[in-house]
Formats: sequence, structure tokens, C-alpha cells
Amino acid sequence: MADNLPQTPLLNELEKGAWPSFVKEIKMAAKRSPMCRDLLGQLEQSYREKIGYWKHGGIVGVMGYGGGVIGRYSALPDKYPGISHFHTMRINQPAGWFYTSKALRSICDIWEKHGSGLTNMHGSTGDIILLGTTTAHLEPTFAELAKIDFDIGGSGSDLRTPSCCCGMARCEWACYDTMALTYDLTMHYQDELHRPAFPYKFKFKMSGCPNDCVASIARADMSIIGTWRDDIQVDQEAVREYAKRGMDITSDVVNNCPSKCMDWDGKELHIENSFCVRCMHCINVMPKALRPGKDRGATILIGAKAPIIEGAMLSSVLFPFIKIEPPYTQIKNTVDKIWDLWCEEGKNRERVGEFIQRVGLGNFLEAIDVEPVPEMVAHPRENPYVFYEEYFEEGDDEEEEEES
Amino acid sequence: MAKSVEEVAEAMFNMVKDAAGQKKLKPMDLTKNVMQLFGDEVDKQICKEAIKQLINSGRCVYTYFGGSYVELPHREGAAND
Repeated sequence: MADNLPQTPLLNELEKGAWPSFVKEIKMAAKRSPMCRDLLGQLEQSYREKIGYWKHGGIVGVMGYGGGVIGRYSALPDKYPGISHFHTMRINQPAGWFYTSKALRSICDIWEKHGSGLTNMHGSTGDIILLGTTTAHLEPTFAELAKIDFDIGGSGSDLRTPSCCCGMARCEWACYDTMALTYDLTMHYQDELHRPAFPYKFKFKMSGCPNDCVASIARADMSIIGTWRDDIQVDQEAVREYAKRGMDITSDVVNNCPSKCMDWDGKELHIENSFCVRCMHCINVMPKALRPGKDRGATILIGAKAPIIEGAMLSSVLFPFIKIEPPYTQIKNTVDKIWDLWCEEGKNRERVGEFIQRVGLGNFLEAIDVEPVPEMVAHPRENPYVFYEEYFEEGDDEEEEEES
Repeated sequence: MAKSVEEVAEAMFNMVKDAAGQKKLKPMDLTKNVMQLFGDEVDKQICKEAIKQLINSGRCVYTYFGGSYVELPHREGAAND
């Protein structure tokens, strides 16, 4: 069957080099799957003619769910009948992406039976992405995945599958249990995940520390990033050991501190913790000597998005520090208020960050009952959030006029 | 008197049916329209249940065209046979 593979001189270029190649993987799958053979053929034609031959479907899905299936059809079904239907399924990943090998084998077996066999572990959403099946196979795939305790993830104007870093499972810097929070939010908001009711998508991403390995600050509508509010833990002996082994503490650590909050006198590292902005640089450089503080929790930020309608936005602070402990009432109460407001007032395809930009952070905070604090100021001198009505009572203008 | 989920679902179904081919309605559009129609006799929770009933019964489906909508089941324009 391998001899039947289409000629793909342009795609072959993408197999060269030391890095992994999706072409190589599709070719391997094509030895067994007619879908993958046609996929190679259409892809080569697209590269040759510089035209994409996919049509986007908007209706296919599984009964009762409004997300998790992205409909896709070939625009050349007569030439490539194997990919006439080539729908993608997003499957809710386990928090932190931990699997048993048995679970992975089961997913692959199901997908080889019902789809192309091609997977993307994992998509940028965090989900398990199963690439390429037909409309008739969507329900059977869903049913078989449900039997091994996997569910479909989010797509469309709904809560997207919450995702997190591996947190306390593998990382010593995790300031809260990202996996526990992710699992809890996923289960708590099942309706919002499967039944699109928002103006547009909404993403939670949980990072255990300010290194933000899941890039939540750039991608999530609500970023929950671990932090601490006491002092960085310092082992001075270990710092001296780094220096003894050749590290230039002044050049590699002190001078790279963005807030210039530390000093090295050759014997001791002094940190002015009130100036520390939790960038993690010093901790990353000297992991044996420095650790995050002991009073740990998270900063909640809101409003990041990639550029689709408007430009890219980073999230900005909503709560500088909160403790992250079950049952996560403060987070859920805040989220419910934000969703109520955004669903009521948000425009179609308006992300929550764009909504805040449109109505103003001051009005947004007032509507969700959150007091403004200095940490919310994203750009000093641009948005000081001075609420003048607190200083000028009704009638003040008249008094001023009378005085003059 | 508060409206039942069935009554709200029926009203929503009629809205979707009347708008078919002219305007795509989002779940929040249906909720707002129904709340305007019935006033205090409905709340957001009942509207949510009503949409759930419409979808689970197969009378309506979720669709995605840049955003998510509730529509009558119909053949997909892009679909190949």
C-alpha cells in the first residue's frame, strides 16, 4: 500500500532537517489509512497551487453538545473522496496532561477505528485533538470515548476546555494546585463548556508560578497565576556555592533583576522584597539557593487574547493575591458576575478583554463589585482610575461658581 | 405566574423558526427576547433550561458561523454528500 502514496515533492521538503515533521507522520499513517493518503494529495495540491481546499462546517456535532467538533470538508471531494468529510474533535484532556499508557492506547484504538488515526497531542487549546473523521462516525466516537471516561472539550462561543501546567505534580515552584483547580472548574462549569451561551469564547488557564509555562497571561480570558506575598526564601550558603562554582551573581542575577531589588556584596545576597515584582528570574537562575515565599496563592488576571477581531492583548490584574483553596468560592463568584455582565452587555464576538476596554475598567469593576487597587493599573499615567464622583458631590460646581 | 420550561421553550422555538433564513439568534438573544416577552414570569435559569430542552429534543441545534447560534436543524451548506 505504501507504493500508492501520492507524489509530494513540495511536502517532502518539510521532512528535511532535525526537527519533527508532520509530513513524516502523515506518511506513516497513510500506509494504513486511505484518509491520510488523500490528505497528503490535497495538501500537496494546496502547496503547489497556493490555495487552501478546506471548507468549514458549522453544524456537525454530537447530540446535545454545541462545541468540541469542528466541521471540515474537502472542496475537492471527487478527487480526494477519503477526506470528503474531515472533522476535528477536541477532547477534554486530563489536567496537567497526565495519562496512563493504557488510556493513550485506548484513545488511539478508538481513533484508528473511527477516524484517520492522526492526533495532535496537544492543540494550543490544551485539548487532545483528533484529526479527521466523517459525520457518521462522530456519535460512535463520542460514545466509545465516554466509555473510557473522556469527554468532548469546548469550541465556539463557550467556555473552552480549562487547561493548566503540570503544577505540583512535577514542579517545585507551583504556588497552588493547578490541576485540582482545573479539574474543579471543568466539572463545575460543564454546562458552560458544552452549551455555547457567551458572546464569544472564554478561556481559563492556570499557571502554578509566575514563569507561566502555559502562557496564560497572553492567551486566557482569565489567567490564574501562582505567586507569593511574603519574602523569597534564600539559602545564603547555596548562593555562595553558586559564586564559588563560577557564577557571576552580580552580572547574571542582580543586574538582570527588572526591579533592581537585590544586591550582592560577595558574601550575602540582600533582597528588598517590597520591590520584587515576582519575575522569577533569580529563582530560575539559582534554583538551589532561592525559592518562592511560603505564603502562596495566585494573582487573578483578566482579558488576554490573541489577535482575531482586535489586536493581541495581555491580561491585567483583577486580584493581586488570593488564596487558592477548595471550594474556590471567590473565583467562582467573580466568574459568575463577570459572565452575567458580559453576556448581558457584550457584543457578538467580543472577548471579555475587549468588552472591558470598551466599557472602561472602572465601570467593569463597579458592575462586578470589585474595589479598584493600584495593582490594576496596567499603564501608569494612562489609566489612573480616579473616580471623581467620590470627590465632587452634587452642587459642588454651583458652589465654585458662587465663590468665583 | 411563572412560565414553565416547556412554555418558554415553545416561545423560543417560534422565535428561531420565524428568524430562520433571515437572522441567526444566539442563546442570549433568545433569553433577552423571552424576558422581554414574558417579563417577570421568567428568569435566566428557566431560559437556560428551555434552550437545553430545545437542543436535547433535537428541535434545534447549535451552529457555529464565527459565533455560536441556535437554529433549526438543516443541511449544512458546506457539506459534501
